[in-house]
Amino acid sequence: MDRPKVDFDFKVTKLPMGPACEAGQLHDVSSGMRTFRPVIDQEKCVHCLRCFLVCPDGAIDKSEPQLEIDYDYCKGCGVCKRACKVGAISMILEVEA
Amino acid sequence: MSEKLFVSGDEAVALAAKAAKPHVIAAYPITPQTIIVERLSDYVEDGSLNAQYMYVESEHSAMAACIGASAIGARTFTATSSQGLLYMVEGLPYASGSRFPIVMANANRSIAAPWSIYNDQRDSLSQLECGWIQFYVESAQEAYDMVIQAYKVGEDPDVMLPVMVNLDGFVLTHTYELVQTADQEKVDAFIPYQKFANRMDLDNPMSTSITAGPPFNMEFRHQQHVATVNAEKKIEEVDKAFGEVFGRTYGGMIEAYKCEDAEVILVTLGSVAGTTRCVVDELRAEGKKVGLLKIRCMCPFPAAKIVDVLKNAKAVGVLEKDITFGYEGVVYTEVNSAMKKAGLEIPTSNYVGGLGGRSIYKTDIENMFNELLTGTAVNGGVEFVNLRRDI
Repeated sequence: MDRPKVDFDFKVTKLPMGPACEAGQLHDVSSGMRTFRPVIDQEKCVHCLRCFLVCPDGAIDKSEPQLEIDYDYCKGCGVCKRACKVGAISMILEVEA
Repeated sequence: MSEKLFVSGDEAVALAAKAAKPHVIAAYPITPQTIIVERLSDYVEDGSLNAQYMYVESEHSAMAACIGASAIGARTFTATSSQGLLYMVEGLPYASGSRFPIVMANANRSIAAPWSIYNDQRDSLSQLECGWIQFYVESAQEAYDMVIQAYKVGEDPDVMLPVMVNLDGFVLTHTYELVQTADQEKVDAFIPYQKFANRMDLDNPMSTSITAGPPFNMEFRHQQHVATVNAEKKIEEVDKAFGEVFGRTYGGMIEAYKCEDAEVILVTLGSVAGTTRCVVDELRAEGKKVGLLKIRCMCPFPAAKIVDVLKNAKAVGVLEKDITFGYEGVVYTEVNSAMKKAGLEIPTSNYVGGLGGRSIYKTDIENMFNELLTGTAVNGGVEFVNLRRDI
């Protein structure tokens, strides 16, 4: 996972002046509105990267041998599931995840 | 070189802005502020001011441009009035909340409807909660001096807030008086460019005006509140320091004129303080113990300083050019709040005058003082000064 992670120790006093911070600072997840989350079945995945290409939030990481979804950014839109030709992605209810 | 020039209030503001050497000026012309932006664009065009003059299509864009320029650490200036200020309103808390020390001159003018280009202070007083420091001036000289002081206060690392310098439309913007300009080298030394802690640059990428949800939002507001409170001390210090360098000083947050032994005091702000000053002199010559309390800064509100001046008075009047419809003038509300907190139980009266450019004459102010002296002023009520009853 290569995206900035949430800084759980964030305090406003850490910032230099007012609401301005270093680029990439994340003090809250950007995914609180998700109802369903995509889950990749790594057995079925053929690493075609269709999901990586269509993800509107760039939340799918391909830097490792296996694709990984960053749930701090994924909004649960399901576009990746629709794009997957081998049925490797399923959408599961967030409360059951 | 310091010169004595015969100029209008608008020209004085333009000269002061030029002396402050802003990197970026973004403004849109509106009566009665137009001369300010005309002069500044002249200076940029003839090369006497090395600044980027951004021709914008509206005041909303002018404020957005100043915010963007300030975000990369530039010194900025803008000027507006009335409807133009109201068109900027979305940007005003953006500037203060982001802690960008933009300096703006606002030529006080009435707001529509009914349409009017004439003076009152309903435009800026409607924006007391937008987080900008608000100065009100009495003369073109004070307007000149306060533009320079505004940079010193706003850009202070402990303050970092935008500052609005308010001058009464036409009464100050279009009348001429002798103004002593400041020596450029002294201005340069008085307001050196600051390296803003929140600036963005290519080597140091920043996110600015970030989202802050319920867990953090209020803390930013509190920081802003503390900075505004801190500004009061800075304003006093800067006015004093300005006096030491340039020889003119205004009393900081307020000016108390002949208030030491005054039985009644009239509180006011802006150019009408000048008229009131003359009336005080005349009534003093008749042996009447009257005084003027001029509020120079409305935000932050100098509650403690006001109370200290008013505490021995027998009656207090507040004369202002605005009204919170259905209630009273906002300055009156603020003054009463300050007095109540300090436990002062002095009768107070509210004189709302000058709306839409209606003149406030010396005789009107004389009447106010006499009403206050004789106890015939309406205690707690609002009186519309010079309201016509014949139509």
